[in-house]
Amino acid sequence: MAAAQPNRLPRGGRIDRSRPLKFSLDGKSYTGFAGDTLASALIANGVLLVGRSFKLRRPRGIVGSGAEEPNAIMQVGEGAGAQPNLPATRVELRHGLVAHTTRGWPSVRFDIGAISDSFGRILGAGFYYKTFMYPRFLWKYYERAIRLSTGFGHAPAAPDPDVYEHRNAHCDVLVAGGGPAGLVAALAAARSGARVILADDGNEFGGSLLSCAEQVDGAPAADWVAGVVAELRGLPDCTLLPRGTVLGYHDHDFLTVAERCDVGEAADRQDHARPGETAERLWRIRAKRVILAQGGFERSLAFCNNDRPGVMLASAVSTYINRFAALPGRRAVVFTNNDSAYRTALDLAGARAAVEAIVDSRPGSGGELAARAQAQGIPVLHGRVVCDVTGKKRVRGVRIAEWGGDSWETIKSTIYIDCDLLAVSGGWSPAVHLHAQAGGSLDWDETRLCFLPAQARQSHDSAGAGNGRQSLDECLADGLRAGAEAVAKLGLAPAAIEAPAANSAGQLPIEALWRVPAERDADRCPKQFIDFQNDATVADIRLAVREGYRNVEHVKRYTALGFGTDQGKLGNINGMAVLADALGKTIPEVGTTTFRPVYTPVRFGTVAGESVGGLYDPVRKTALHEWHEAAGAPMEVVGQWHRPWYFPREGEDLHGAVARECLAVRNSVGAMDASTLGKIDARGPDVVEFLERIYTHNVGRMKVGRCAYGIMLGEDGMVMDDGVMARLGENHFYLTTTTGGAANVLNWLEAWLQTEWPELEVWLTSLTEHYSTIAVAGPNSRVLLEKLGCDIPLDKENFPFLTVRNAKLAGMPVQLFRVSFSGELAFEINIASQFALDMWRMVMEAGREFEIAPYGTETMHVLRAEKGFIIVGQETDGSVTPVDLGMNWLLSKEKDFLGKRSLARPDCLQEDRKQLVGLLSADRRTVLPEGAQLIEEAVRAGATPVPMCGHVTSSYHSACLGHPVALALVAGGRARKGETLFAVGPEREPIAVEVVSPVFYDPKGERQHV
Amino acid sequence: MLLIECPWCGPRAETEFSYGGEAGIVRPLDPDALSDEEWADYLFYRANPRGAHRELWNHAHGCRRWFGVERDTVSYRIAGSFRLGPAGSETGKGANTERDD
Repeated sequence: MAAAQPNRLPRGGRIDRSRPLKFSLDGKSYTGFAGDTLASALIANGVLLVGRSFKLRRPRGIVGSGAEEPNAIMQVGEGAGAQPNLPATRVELRHGLVAHTTRGWPSVRFDIGAISDSFGRILGAGFYYKTFMYPRFLWKYYERAIRLSTGFGHAPAAPDPDVYEHRNAHCDVLVAGGGPAGLVAALAAARSGARVILADDGNEFGGSLLSCAEQVDGAPAADWVAGVVAELRGLPDCTLLPRGTVLGYHDHDFLTVAERCDVGEAADRQDHARPGETAERLWRIRAKRVILAQGGFERSLAFCNNDRPGVMLASAVSTYINRFAALPGRRAVVFTNNDSAYRTALDLAGARAAVEAIVDSRPGSGGELAARAQAQGIPVLHGRVVCDVTGKKRVRGVRIAEWGGDSWETIKSTIYIDCDLLAVSGGWSPAVHLHAQAGGSLDWDETRLCFLPAQARQSHDSAGAGNGRQSLDECLADGLRAGAEAVAKLGLAPAAIEAPAANSAGQLPIEALWRVPAERDADRCPKQFIDFQNDATVADIRLAVREGYRNVEHVKRYTALGFGTDQGKLGNINGMAVLADALGKTIPEVGTTTFRPVYTPVRFGTVAGESVGGLYDPVRKTALHEWHEAAGAPMEVVGQWHRPWYFPREGEDLHGAVARECLAVRNSVGAMDASTLGKIDARGPDVVEFLERIYTHNVGRMKVGRCAYGIMLGEDGMVMDDGVMARLGENHFYLTTTTGGAANVLNWLEAWLQTEWPELEVWLTSLTEHYSTIAVAGPNSRVLLEKLGCDIPLDKENFPFLTVRNAKLAGMPVQLFRVSFSGELAFEINIASQFALDMWRMVMEAGREFEIAPYGTETMHVLRAEKGFIIVGQETDGSVTPVDLGMNWLLSKEKDFLGKRSLARPDCLQEDRKQLVGLLSADRRTVLPEGAQLIEEAVRAGATPVPMCGHVTSSYHSACLGHPVALALVAGGRARKGETLFAVGPEREPIAVEVVSPVFYDPKGERQHV
Repeated sequence: MLLIECPWCGPRAETEFSYGGEAGIVRPLDPDALSDEEWADYLFYRANPRGAHRELWNHAHGCRRWFGVERDTVSYRIAGSFRLGPAGSETGKGANTERDD
């Protein structure tokens, strides 16, 4: 086994050597251990070259060990469940894992695109914008080629087979980050009786303690971690979320945590085919207090060829050695501007790697850690910097020069040291992401050279390395402080707890070194990378400044600095420092770019949770749904309702069925399920006064038993909804609304009642689902109802048009309305929903001798369009007044109603407003496309832009009339009857149309009155 | 996501509520007496302040009651919720109502 993992250290690490796991990268098989990440297993197997850079296709290796990793971006898994763009540093190894590198063609070792590195000079910032602008018509060809060469992984084509869930939770204290500070803070809060949730990004708690060789309370740090975690686990109100990444800090202390569930032991248990088990869980947590203890990110430094595989963050090198027992190199140079990298040198020496030198930019003799290194025989070169790296697919050596403190001076003489690993530390940046997302401000610390969380906007506090604490001692003490303060703010009695002691070595301050001088001018030297994933270099940032960019947000977008999947966790602060220098400003003057959720990339499935497929949106079905389905009716989705569209007979298409259904209604009888119309019961002593204010017509004049067509307007005078309303009693009305408007209308009425007119005593109740409505329409509808057996007379004199009666039909209690949306003699049967299906069947049975046709929404639309009846939302779009629709007759002059005053606004009085008209195609054959724009002859061949004078709102073929009909809104349309216009669709030639009355059929309205 | 205190149901997540705009916009009693400018002022113009804002919310997925909230438009901090005026009073839309603490 050891031979198979040449860089695996013989002992140590938090891996389980008894559980070897086979995995593959690009088809080649390797073995790692349980506890490995994909990155650590690759390093153990001697694989460092894992990708190509985005633009220049330079070979790239693993740089980091966590969320900051810019290079090792993998496609993990195969088929529908594959996940693109995962950093190998965050992928837990599991048996049978299949990974692919995402850059490099035909392979990462030999990439044809690498030729662009040779042209790197011209591929500077804004290259795409500048080069492919002209000639503009060629862009569509450029774009195709550019798109092919960009991006990382491939999104699977098939639906995601994984299952996700959302879970809501509340807590007193949410601790984000389970490193030293977070653990102490959680312990302090939990011991005091607070309800605590502790979430940590890693597969086990401990954070940096898992990767360091330090001791806490005299024991190895990992043992202390195990003790704390065991205690927390035993407390009843403490929830531990390992593998739980806090993604976002939203308003009012609402945080989201993505918990990975299908990894680690869970994945090994049944391989990874575990249907029905949750892959990832999104926690939606409302916390009273939040402690942010997410630690810090180590920065790199900008020097020539600092992206070569084998140049790694010093902390990552330590992590691979201490936590994973994987040695990234055998001959190492350490380059630093601060003390922390000395530990890496000691870790390397402990792992029996040759540390050729510690190159420390700071002058002087060094502190406690330097002394320890020197005691181990590691040469420490003070006042020197690594200025260049040799080797292409692997570091071969480094050039070292003296550092005079001036970033832009060219350097003269260098010495060369052979090595295969360069561990770099440019200092530490606290992970202030969540603090900033929560609206907290940042302060630049000139001593520690980092942005620190300052003023909090919500109920949060930062602790540990994320609060700028550097030594382990400081972090533990700061975690205890934050925990105790949270307990105090919650008003709980603080439990006694002592700060654990780590006896950290004293540290010397960091030096302000961001960019290392080179042998040539800054813009002509080999590339000094800031953002590895996007190939943003020092020269790019300087170029952006020369071209006039001043704002950090603009420079970010121009250079793509921080655009990658790591979102600038590695390079952003360095980039801001270089930008500040180029602008002659300080770093705090330049500021940071905006920190936005999410903290790390998240799967779409996690965001969607259970809201996929059938659970994406509720489906509403009428009581007759089952009959419609059995009849083979295709469904049309209206709002959330599924309504039958048409009822095809054997061999019929939509047009055939609709033509037949229309003729049945016009010549005999048809029946439609109208149950989806909104139904509101309105009653109370003030109901008349209330409805007078809502509807435009004179409600008070309606006699009990009368129905009326009513419209309601918004206060802006535009038509909002329409429907039939009926007066059932002195103080009792029944209102119907459009299918889609039902909820809005009820809300609208409630809002006026509750906020503006609370003195009116009116009660509103939705009856939409309690009653089903069967519309029976056509000349034979009356005979059909009589045949069913009705206990009231149905003739014209006793039951005239626009009235309502309570009746028994076929022995069942119903409300009968004489209303018509088709222009024919028609009845609407309102019946309690549990009896609706029986009634419908009886109607169908009784109608057989009249060849009754069940009809759907399409026929309903055709029938009403033949009559010029509008559909709110089709003939109207929120900019149409009742006057535009020719409904002046509905507007009472004797009272005020909502929107009335707006109808007198100058704009509503203009004569060239779009008005409802009918259109006939000149050839009487062409069905106009709905939505087609209308233009005038005069401008048909004229200059662009062509003035539009209206548009087609409804258009159908009318079987009953034998030609197509259309409704349209046309500027000044009512005065233009007889004129010819042209309808222009997206593809066809203009179609000549004649402007006519919108009522095509039975213009006097006689048929519905019989 | 805001945490909003419904005066009837207690604190609930924002997703249970719908927003109703600025509070205290009272409908003129005689719209016809208003000039076009005065009507437009009622219809379209809102204070849109930076800072404290009294606004209407509806507990749409709860008790369905309308109520008022005082919210800071910069920090989103909510100072408190209040019930609207009682029936018959001239305090519709929270124009002149007591805080409900």
